[in-house]
Amino acid sequence: MTPVLSVRDLRIRFGSQEAVKGVSFELAEGEALGVVGESGSGKSSLALALLGLHTDAEVTGEIRAAGTDVLAASPEELRRLRGGGVAMVFQDPLSSLDPFLRVGDQIAEVYRAHTGASRKEAAAKAVQVLDRVGIPDAARRARAHPHEFSGGMRQRALIAMALALEPRVLVADEPTTALDVTVQARLLDLLDDLRADTGMALLLVSHDFGVVARTADRVLVMRDGEAVEQGPVAQVLRDPRADYTRELLAAVPRVDAPSGRTREITGEPLLTVTGLRRDFVSGPPLRRRAVAAVDDVAFQVRRGETLGIVGESGSGKSTLARLIVRLLEPTAGTVEVAGDGRRRDVQMVFQDPGASLNPRRTVGDAIAEPLRVHGEPEPEKTARELMARVGLDPGRYGAYPHEFSGGQRQRVGIARALALRPRLLVCDEPVTALDVSTQAQVLGLLAELQEEFDLTLVFISHDLAVVRQVSDRVAVMRDGRIVELADAGELYGSPAHPYTKELLAAVPRL
Amino acid sequence: MTWYLLRRLGAVVTVLLVLSAIVYALFYLTPGDPAVLACGRGCNAERLALTREKLGLAEPVYAQYWHFLEGLVAGRDYAAGPDVDHCAAPCLGYSFQSDQPVLQLITSRFPVSLSLAFGAEVVALLLGVSAGLLSALRQGRPEERLLTGVTLVGYATPVFLVGLLLLMVFCAYLQWLPFPAYVPLTENPGEWARNLILPWAALGLIQAAVFARITRAGALETLVEDHIRTFRAYGLRERQVIRRHALRGALTPLITITAVEVAQMMTASVLTETMFGLPGVGRLTVESVGSVDLPVVVGVTLLAGTAVVLSNAVADVLSAVADPRVKLI
Amino acid sequence: MTALVDAAAVPGAAPRERRVWRRLRGDRAALAGLAIVAVMIVVALAAPLLTRLEGQDPTTFHSGLLDSARGGVPTGALGGISGEHWLGVEPGTGRDVFARVVHGARVSLGVAFGATVLEMLFGVVIGLGAGLGGGRADAVLSRLIELSLAFPPFLLALALMAIVPQSVPRPLLLAAVISLVSWGNVARVTRAQALSLRTREYVDAARLSGAGPARIAVREILPGLTTPLLVLAALKAPINMVQEAGLSFLGAGVRPPTPSWGQMLSSATTWFRTDPMYVLVPGGLLFLTLLAFTLFADGVRKAADPRWSARA
Repeated sequence: MTPVLSVRDLRIRFGSQEAVKGVSFELAEGEALGVVGESGSGKSSLALALLGLHTDAEVTGEIRAAGTDVLAASPEELRRLRGGGVAMVFQDPLSSLDPFLRVGDQIAEVYRAHTGASRKEAAAKAVQVLDRVGIPDAARRARAHPHEFSGGMRQRALIAMALALEPRVLVADEPTTALDVTVQARLLDLLDDLRADTGMALLLVSHDFGVVARTADRVLVMRDGEAVEQGPVAQVLRDPRADYTRELLAAVPRVDAPSGRTREITGEPLLTVTGLRRDFVSGPPLRRRAVAAVDDVAFQVRRGETLGIVGESGSGKSTLARLIVRLLEPTAGTVEVAGDGRRRDVQMVFQDPGASLNPRRTVGDAIAEPLRVHGEPEPEKTARELMARVGLDPGRYGAYPHEFSGGQRQRVGIARALALRPRLLVCDEPVTALDVSTQAQVLGLLAELQEEFDLTLVFISHDLAVVRQVSDRVAVMRDGRIVELADAGELYGSPAHPYTKELLAAVPRL
Repeated sequence: MTWYLLRRLGAVVTVLLVLSAIVYALFYLTPGDPAVLACGRGCNAERLALTREKLGLAEPVYAQYWHFLEGLVAGRDYAAGPDVDHCAAPCLGYSFQSDQPVLQLITSRFPVSLSLAFGAEVVALLLGVSAGLLSALRQGRPEERLLTGVTLVGYATPVFLVGLLLLMVFCAYLQWLPFPAYVPLTENPGEWARNLILPWAALGLIQAAVFARITRAGALETLVEDHIRTFRAYGLRERQVIRRHALRGALTPLITITAVEVAQMMTASVLTETMFGLPGVGRLTVESVGSVDLPVVVGVTLLAGTAVVLSNAVADVLSAVADPRVKLI
Repeated sequence: MTALVDAAAVPGAAPRERRVWRRLRGDRAALAGLAIVAVMIVVALAAPLLTRLEGQDPTTFHSGLLDSARGGVPTGALGGISGEHWLGVEPGTGRDVFARVVHGARVSLGVAFGATVLEMLFGVVIGLGAGLGGGRADAVLSRLIELSLAFPPFLLALALMAIVPQSVPRPLLLAAVISLVSWGNVARVTRAQALSLRTREYVDAARLSGAGPARIAVREILPGLTTPLLVLAALKAPINMVQEAGLSFLGAGVRPPTPSWGQMLSSATTWFRTDPMYVLVPGGLLFLTLLAFTLFADGVRKAADPRWSARA
């Protein structure tokens, strides 16, 4: 069978920097190829090049897509290829549709540009494809604006736009990264379904090995602009050739691996949360209502234990974190920390290590600040020791946050949280913004520090696999409530609540 | 939406009440006898006493302000014995210097200001928006450098300087146009326009530079948005991408900015009218300030404040209409 | 959930303020603007010295240099330029134009700078009070800011200039009045910036470390405000200069015989047919200074906002 997409020795250069360094691959009709890589691997540049969408890069090699030589094509040929031959779905569903126009009109417009159909035909087509991608009540929703759609629905609308043109290849660049895991699962099912139905090929670009393994037939692993390995998914997973692939696979946390933790926790309770509730007032005046972000939550955490809290966006898990560290006051209920209840005993590691460090203060200063506030002796010396402990060069005390990588910044955040020797550490999505291999290192560091500093951890994340890896017990949150709380092994092995089951079923497995 | 409008109207009224109180206080409680000021130049003892009685200055200040508010709603009479000056609602005050209600003075000058503002705004929008868009779309080309350069020069020049230069070139040197003298539109439309060309150009060019900068910034911002990339990736022609998807995003902020610019526009109008000797409201203000005709100054300031507050409210509603994401709550 | 971003480390890069300076140093237009403004400031400061060098002063009448047959236009070419009167003399009075423009620079620049300093002071204090005070303080101060924005600034300034007794020194009054009618914008920007900085995660981190509100304001929030406020001040200075020129143009500025550029242009309106030099000298200087200021301010803004510098 002749491939619908073939790429030979593709090189993409931005000024003096080479983002893609000689990548070759082929994609057959109806086939799904996954491109996996960490940030900076060049996978997104590769995707954009397939449609000739780079404006400021030097692209060499050969790209033949749906019968068009992309690098030699005239503007008009390229225009026909875009959408008609190869269609693309982007990462951020929030911004990839025009906020001013109705969803149906946008699809119809693209359809008309390629087919010259009448307005009426195009409008009907838009409704038809929206219906096909599973938008309920498509005729009515076609008249809605993008902001009235949820993230998953916007992504479906974009797929519908592609579908209307019946392309031979669909390129999806991190299509589910911004979505919740259950939404992601349904979207990936839709892609499978469409592929089987229409025979279009799929090029799926993702940082998530699980997503690729679940969806693709073959996988291409990229690192620093090079293809380090290429082959059928099953074979690469079972028997990776390249060291990098092996490392990457080892670093991926799994929901189905034997539990990382089989400790017996016998300490006395350190954190006791009872009847905790937090309301936020919203809505137009006169019709203002209090919405409970956290509703009647109660649990205990023993000394030395790690409690994991998982939930999708809007489940109230971040509000809970802020309530525990008392950045927010509860509407009702109590948060008690055993002992003399000093505020310094409870510290927090934040999600975004970029935003949680003041860009105008040196990292050493950031770590020493809590010590200075509390009048501890020799704050600078302690800060340097902490830097060394979390794996940073103490000599970089005077460097600013932007001089560090994301992983290093999170180490700074951890060192700052430890400066006051807290007893309880609340980690809110501490590794979400990091690449898998960096993730593994930071998680390893946290585990070491927990032993060394006798820490009790509350670990909050949307990622079920990560939570499983670090937690003794796990709580599942939904709509502000804890729906299930059990030992990690038990919760993942035999979930009791239907929502927990649904979440676990949605996680793509390796 | 209804609720929003009601609330917004309430806010407008509140702001105007406070504004009127402050302006009133500022001008009537300043050192100097308000009666002397209201009476104006060429005042004698007899007229002064009369004015004092008409103004009701014997009453406490809050009562005077209350009468002022009453006058706004119901009109009022300034009476001293048999001598009564009537001021119909909405009464903004009475100019004893020119023996006319303030509102009447202002409305008689208003057509001039409106003529000036209308033409200038047309020039400003046409020139400004197209220059701004063009320089954003032709990024990195010589046209862009030229346009941004011209825009910068326009932006940095005060309107009266532009006016003076235009006068020097077109009236004095080339002698193509007369020194502007206002002719009402109803009298002779041709002369109306011919006399207003220079004022329109002066005020319009300055305003165009402001619009060009805003439009350019808006267009540059929109052009790098993700949804523009989507439509390029779906094979729309570049012209269509710009026309259908970039323009709207680039131009919507202009609604708000135009409203904010109303205050600036008034400033520039005052200067332009003075510069060209046009008998508009701006000129009236300058004259009243010169002759210390306080009731007129208070009236103009209040009306101008009202215009600023109202235009902001209108712009907010229009923005919500233009941008489906904006909710009015 | 955020996308996977592990922003590459930039070794040896400087913090924001220093990066702003470095970018600004590469912007030739902005540097030229700064140089011209600097020259104007020196001229203004050295005005008495310069006029003594010329051997003239700004107030002496030289009616002998005027052509009374032509209504008082200076005799000689180009508005009476000569070795004695470097930029000619004023039509109607015969006062020395060079002396008047260099003294006028003192008023124009002095009022512009004074008004900007005062305006920033009012605006920042009130904006910070609203942004950091929160709750009731914010509600009250925000209304106040809204109210100040509803005043048509120029009209109010014009009116204020008219009612304040003549005994108050005019340049001081001009600066005060201009700042009084235009601080609202500064306050609004300051408040918005403070509000946005207040919700940053690093402020939460500082609260967790036990720092009190005052320490957080001084250590975490104020440093983040300096750059945007400096940019704002740079943008405001030329605007205030236009305000002063406008007020003086309308006769509501400094009292004669003190000269200012706007006032000179105002008197030039009656002479533009017969003595174009009298328009071009103060007009040219005003234009040059404003253009230089604007170039510099644009440069500062571009340097401070990388989104601008990437594209514009």
